[in-house]
Amino acid sequence: MTVELGHFTLILAFVFSITQAAFGFAGAAAQRVDWINAAKIAALVQFLFTTLAFAALTYAYVTSDFSVRNVFENSHTLKPLIYKISGVWGNHEGSMLLWVLVLALFGAAVASFGGKLPSTLRARVLGVQALIGIAFLAFILVTSNPFERIVPAPLDGQGLNPLLQDPGLALHPPILYVGYVGFSVAFSFAIAALIEGNIDTSWARWVRPWTLLAWSFLTGGIALGSWWAYYELGWGGWWYWDPVENASLMPWLVGTALLHSSIVVEKRNSLKSWTILLSILTFALSLIGTFLVRSGVLTSVHTFATDPDRGVFILGILCLAIGGGLTLYAWRAPHIKGGRLFQPISREGGVLLNNLLLTTAAATVFLGTIYPLVLEVFNGSKISVGPPYFNATFVPLMTPLIAALAVGPLLGWKRGDIAGALSRLKATAATAITVFIFVAWTAGQNSVWAAFGIFLGVWLAGGVITELAKKIGLGQRSPMESWRRLLKISRSSWGMSLAHFGLAVFIIGATGLSFWKEEKIVLMQPAETAEIGDYRVTFNGVRDQNGPNYIARQAVFTVEHEDKEKFNMTAEKRRYPVSQQETTEAGIKNGWLEDLYIVIGTNDKKNGQTVRIYLMPLVGWIWMGVLIMVFGGLFSLTDRRFRIGVPEREEIAGPAPAE
Amino acid sequence: MRQLLFLLPLSTFILLAAYFGLGLTKDPGLIPSALIGKPAPKFDLPSLMPGEKGINEHDFKGRVSIINVFASWCVPCLAEHPIWMQIHNNTSIPIYGIAWKDKRESTMRWLEKHGNPYVRIGYDPLNVFGIEWGVYGAPETYIVDKTGRIRFKHVGPIFPGLWQSQIFPLVEKIRAEK
Repeated sequence: MTVELGHFTLILAFVFSITQAAFGFAGAAAQRVDWINAAKIAALVQFLFTTLAFAALTYAYVTSDFSVRNVFENSHTLKPLIYKISGVWGNHEGSMLLWVLVLALFGAAVASFGGKLPSTLRARVLGVQALIGIAFLAFILVTSNPFERIVPAPLDGQGLNPLLQDPGLALHPPILYVGYVGFSVAFSFAIAALIEGNIDTSWARWVRPWTLLAWSFLTGGIALGSWWAYYELGWGGWWYWDPVENASLMPWLVGTALLHSSIVVEKRNSLKSWTILLSILTFALSLIGTFLVRSGVLTSVHTFATDPDRGVFILGILCLAIGGGLTLYAWRAPHIKGGRLFQPISREGGVLLNNLLLTTAAATVFLGTIYPLVLEVFNGSKISVGPPYFNATFVPLMTPLIAALAVGPLLGWKRGDIAGALSRLKATAATAITVFIFVAWTAGQNSVWAAFGIFLGVWLAGGVITELAKKIGLGQRSPMESWRRLLKISRSSWGMSLAHFGLAVFIIGATGLSFWKEEKIVLMQPAETAEIGDYRVTFNGVRDQNGPNYIARQAVFTVEHEDKEKFNMTAEKRRYPVSQQETTEAGIKNGWLEDLYIVIGTNDKKNGQTVRIYLMPLVGWIWMGVLIMVFGGLFSLTDRRFRIGVPEREEIAGPAPAE
Repeated sequence: MRQLLFLLPLSTFILLAAYFGLGLTKDPGLIPSALIGKPAPKFDLPSLMPGEKGINEHDFKGRVSIINVFASWCVPCLAEHPIWMQIHNNTSIPIYGIAWKDKRESTMRWLEKHGNPYVRIGYDPLNVFGIEWGVYGAPETYIVDKTGRIRFKHVGPIFPGLWQSQIFPLVEKIRAEK
């Protein structure tokens, strides 16, 4: 009964999204307040019904109602409760329902918190949001109904892919979807602005918090996925340039560009049509991300569905959303009045450089991801371009970006003083070069590139600190005055500093891991010892251990470090009898400077246990850096002007004091 | 001129959409093979596992066998891998693996991680088997009957639906032949 109710409320949500679109566009065109208000109420009701539908499916999972095909195929009575819940979105139908739920949530948020928006703009934004909702709800109802029954009901379910039974991955899709779908708001704002034919600084002020929110969640979602790959897949890596990872990286790169260019629109009323284009492209890439993963064009661990009918449907949605958006752009954008001019060396110039590098990087990732698909269309060969391509194209594009990132925030708007900015960075440059020489010297012969990576990280971190010092007039004002200014720095400004600093930490971590990872594969008999770095790892043997829905073979190790005391580590192989699949649980000892990472392979009495031991230098910095970036984004979101929607006060630091 | 610049994103998109559209209409599994019904081409590969016996076309005689071309770098191979594990665990049909265009150690590690469903694995880093048998890409699957003739070929991953509805019935049918 609950299940039929869920299906019914989903149909109601579909009906209300049509109402929302109709009243939104008609109300804005006719300038009728009652219609505009109707669109707002429809958005709230649509959210309510989508939530009810989602709750109904969750209820079916929690109560293990196997008469529902979706529950039967993806759940099992023995599964722990948390994975019964996460099973709701661990499959194609449920994850699309989650997608629509997040979309409806954003629609309702615009309806509730957009009170200060010009009413026609808000109505049109809600209208565009509703169009996306209509498309996706129709997709679910027609091709991917999660509420389908089977008669007779089976006794037990088929279980969820054991790889997905993990706390990191349980949280990964909801967070990632808030990111993906959050960019729909920027898209809707862009389309609404194109319809209205008007874009100005207040438009950018409305879009920025939504973009920032989406960006923070997308960043967190990607990091969570990468962290999961690190500890769960047991390959000892954290990023594989897997098509599914690329699908989330592309909207991130373009979304980061959007985040920066919308600042220029807000502060300088410039780069306007470019920012509109970025809004469309970011959401387009979010949709393509969904498309690549769902259509069966790609096949991977992450792929839940392989069904051409759905592919054709999603392709239709893509063509309407992106094609429609870009057509509108080609038609209306040339009429947007150009913004204020600026010198190439200026804050705007810096943002433009950032934008060009980020979008080019996104384009290279895009090419590397779809080139194999394009080739397949032509001659049927399946190839994989793999990490060498991405490392060769992506890293050289990021290097100048990072180098310039330390300088950009030191430049003034309109016309920057590059000599002044560089002279402020003297101390930073000296520190970074010292670190470079030290690393290149101590870490052996082939460490020049590693040293260069660390150099970039230090340079960027130094740039962030220099910019803060400049803002508070450190050394030029009295300490009391500097302190007073430090307290007055706005939260959005802190957010920028934190995000850039987090990136510096990330770069150092990624460099350390890429260049200094050590790996050892050994066959071990009980009581044998292997050495890696300063660690001595002794194998104590294996034991069997049973979990709720799996049987584990657990290997126990005693590890001694040169100067620390002993500790024990365990690594497991888990076998899930229901699905006949195995997963690897790596043993990981986290540290500030390095992780020790142990994975076990096959075991036979004669030869012994295959053990892979890795020493992962600085790996924790990767996620710590990303965490700082996410925190920066969210902290910036609490800035008072985003909360109450007032225009920002003048920059506290004002113009740079004369040298 | 300036108008044309604004048309650029749209035209790029239309091109890409055409590519994807074309991709969806083609089922990679439907590439016909000239080899269907013919005796399996000659080949002789060393074993992937050091010290074990290699494979040649004579090994397939006497039993209905499945030959699966795979590689550790191939993501679709990982997607179809659970089905081979299930066939290996639940039936007596021998599955021969061809470790195609891959490093020995990578393949061994991959099998160690995901399980080894193959009775024997031929090691083909240089595409020797691939040229003889006309391999398009990994994964690819062949079924050879008792007399050593190729009866079925599928390009691309095999999913439970395809196995249940087409391949398994075909294997049963060929098995019943005299």
